[in-house]
Amino acid sequence: MSDGNAIELRDIVKRFGDVTAVDHVSLQIRDGEFFSMLGPSGCGKTTCLRMIAGFEYPSSGQIMIHGREMATIPPHQRPVNTVFQSYALFPHMSVAENVTFGLEMKRLPKSEIGTRLQQAMDLVRLGGYADRRPRQLSGGQQQRVALARALINQPEVLLLDEPLSALDQKLRKEMQQELKSLQERVGITFIFVTHDQEEALTMSDRIAVMSQGKVLQIGTPTEIYERPNCTFVADFIGETNFVEGKVIANGGDFATIETPSGLRLRGFTPRPVSVGTTATLSVRPEKIRIAATCAPDADPTGTLSARVERVTYIGSDTRITVRLSDERTLDVWEQNTLSTLDRDAYWQPGEAAYISVTPNNALVLTE
Amino acid sequence: MAPQPLADELKRRDRTRLAGLLSPGLFYLLVFFALPLVIILLYSFLTNGPRGNVVWQFTLGNYIDLFTRSIYVNAYVRSIVISVQTTLICLLLGYPLALFIARSPQAWRVPLLILILIPFWTNFLVRIYAWQIILANNGLINNALSAVGIGPMGLLYTEGATLLGLVYGELPFMVLPLYAALDRFDFNLMEAAADLGANRRQAFMRVMLPMTMPGIAAGSVLVFVPTIGQFVVSELLGGAKVDYIGNLLQRLFLRSNPPNWPLGSAMAVIMMAVLLGLILLYFRSTTEEDR
Amino acid sequence: MIEATPQTQVRPQARAAAGRERITLGAFSLSAYAVALYLFLYIPIVILVIFSFTRDEFGVRWTGFTLEWYVRLFNDARMMGAALNTLYVAVASTVVSTILGTLTALAMERFRFRGRGAVDSLLYLPIVIPEIVMAVALLAFSALIFEIIRLVTGINMRRSLTTVTLAHIAFSISFVVIVVRTSLKNFDMRLEEAAADLGADRWRIFWRITFPLILPGIVGGALLAFTLSLDDFIISLFLSGPGTSLLPVEVYNKVRRAVTPEINAISTLMLLLSMILVVLSQMVQRRK
Repeated sequence: MSDGNAIELRDIVKRFGDVTAVDHVSLQIRDGEFFSMLGPSGCGKTTCLRMIAGFEYPSSGQIMIHGREMATIPPHQRPVNTVFQSYALFPHMSVAENVTFGLEMKRLPKSEIGTRLQQAMDLVRLGGYADRRPRQLSGGQQQRVALARALINQPEVLLLDEPLSALDQKLRKEMQQELKSLQERVGITFIFVTHDQEEALTMSDRIAVMSQGKVLQIGTPTEIYERPNCTFVADFIGETNFVEGKVIANGGDFATIETPSGLRLRGFTPRPVSVGTTATLSVRPEKIRIAATCAPDADPTGTLSARVERVTYIGSDTRITVRLSDERTLDVWEQNTLSTLDRDAYWQPGEAAYISVTPNNALVLTE
Repeated sequence: MAPQPLADELKRRDRTRLAGLLSPGLFYLLVFFALPLVIILLYSFLTNGPRGNVVWQFTLGNYIDLFTRSIYVNAYVRSIVISVQTTLICLLLGYPLALFIARSPQAWRVPLLILILIPFWTNFLVRIYAWQIILANNGLINNALSAVGIGPMGLLYTEGATLLGLVYGELPFMVLPLYAALDRFDFNLMEAAADLGANRRQAFMRVMLPMTMPGIAAGSVLVFVPTIGQFVVSELLGGAKVDYIGNLLQRLFLRSNPPNWPLGSAMAVIMMAVLLGLILLYFRSTTEEDR
Repeated sequence: MIEATPQTQVRPQARAAAGRERITLGAFSLSAYAVALYLFLYIPIVILVIFSFTRDEFGVRWTGFTLEWYVRLFNDARMMGAALNTLYVAVASTVVSTILGTLTALAMERFRFRGRGAVDSLLYLPIVIPEIVMAVALLAFSALIFEIIRLVTGINMRRSLTTVTLAHIAFSISFVVIVVRTSLKNFDMRLEEAAADLGADRWRIFWRITFPLILPGIVGGALLAFTLSLDDFIISLFLSGPGTSLLPVEVYNKVRRAVTPEINAISTLMLLLSMILVVLSQMVQRRK
């Protein structure tokens, strides 16, 4: 029986001809979880979702929904429902007919269909639109119809395939909040496929980052952002600076790398690394400190002299590109904590500066 | 592993479904379309009996006749010439008209198009017949002419009347595909060409014409094919004074006493071969950039 | 390739003004041309209709209004019989070719299979082959089949409305396939997935989702098949037997003899029917 997992993928492979779209993916999605699959287009996330829904069958591996093997079950008999990328609302049916389609297929009595329609429409705040045709609705409203049409069936798992990608920026932000609170209210497991990292970070309990058919990392938004396990994840989620070099010292959870030009930086290592291996230090721009002078007691490893090259004011932050002594550039974001028009309060190109990276704020990655 | 038999099962189910959908129509076309073509191919190598019956005796005589006797060669040449003329005239007349419809305001386009569709859907015979009323010796034009004292002119039963009738009859078949191509054409490209220094003629030749070539090809085929086999227009408006392939075919199969089906079959086979060859050539040369 | 021409050096305003003038003039002459061509298309038809009401017994001169020719037409048993035959053939061939064509279109759009290209060519062939070739081929085919039947069973069969219907189906299928395939191409496959996701099996997906959404295409294909059959003259001429005359063949036989107002009247009625069918097919398409 169920072991607290709504979905379990066991070593799933999916090939389309010569192309391996999904490459040995295993993951477990817990009951009631808001789980996101995040990755660039073509990474296999949508194919995974389609296999869970039953539109594609895996070339090998197993798909379990609440402990039941799904391999031989066609989509219309699976206890999951999907919200499609551009909604796939039936254009020849009214909103109400769209929403009740699933219940009708289950041959539920008319009276029950009526009550559940009412509840579903209220849930997505679409009361009064029942008799409209889909194309008479705005994008956001169509989105809600698609949600209601899926949720009314009380699926064990709701699959969402980039459901917000067709909406404009503002509506998108609203819908993110709404989806999240909706999921908390109905308590159904959501699997959310997106290529938008901000969307995934905002809404998810856990995220699986995928690339080229493989799952690279699974974790909470904080884990994914603060402790990426490889350069791809560090680069794909948020922004970061990479400095490549060789490991010259390690001790405890930290390691020091040295660039070919002799610059040294220290950072946290999720996994032990041995001296002499090539590694990449990743440090996010908002975690680098920049100052006009070097503190006398500063750690020489992690404090580097630099020259300000470009300054971009973006309101909340100032984004500064600095050039180090070996011509390498780093991005540094400084929060604008003071409200002033005084030019001297901001960095100017050409100024000399010191940047410092504390080991806790940097990661040494070997993959 | 479990999924392999599943995949096989799915493939098997798909195959059954495909067979169910495809076989009725395919079977019908094989029996009632492909097989008859094979039969005339076969007949074209058989001998005609004295009473117009088909004698099962192999001969190349039918083909030799068709390629050597001037009555047949002339009919072929005449049919091809008038088909080319009709196609070209329809293209020259139809292109500006299709352009006009495509450039009309959105609200006008549907009615303008329906005005093309009505003759398209109207019985061809009826539309050809209408010209008899106009061109006949006691017809509309000659009546008007005699009213101003010019004697009746022989308008009907001329080759000119045949060509006129064919152009009139086939024009809608040219305009519709041309319109479809021009409707898809992005007219901003003409401005882009002008911006890059092309004059109107250059922009047309280098941008619009190549991009609407699929429509030209489709329209030309739709006009050329029925024209090469026609016999009604040359009979009703041309007075059957000269023979086109269509007239000969009709005579050999239905009218002659005795009929000569093997010769007629050979004639049809050559017509089909020439036509398919031309069409293949035409499409190969015109639709490349569309792919 | 970038071609620099002296034209680009002309002052922009002057060039724009000249261009606008030319376009306006061009648009005007294009409109005039279009009007002329529409007149060319319609004047013969209009004359035909007008002269179906003339008293003149040659039907080429206006000598006053009468409905006599219509009355005569409706009392012409031969013509009315031919009209009924034509209608029968059109309805029967439309029903069969629409069903066969729709199934074939589904197979061609929904499946990739070996030999698909060959089937595609076979489907296009009836459209690019001159009707007269098809007509003689079907005539030869039917004669051969009848001969075989006679030799085997001793039954003498003759060309009839059935042979015409079978022939009309053969050329209509391809047209139905083309029209239905177009609407299948425009059909969003995710709607079927959505229906499956909501618990519909294949059967119900087809009848609740696919069929209603491609119905305009099917009706459009059926209307085209109906019109093709109604208007068909050549195959009807070759395939109809003695005593089973069809309207276009009847009209042809009369026209070959002389212009009469009665033909004008039947032509007008056929024209009217075509117009109704065009409007119907347009309404079906607009509803999408």
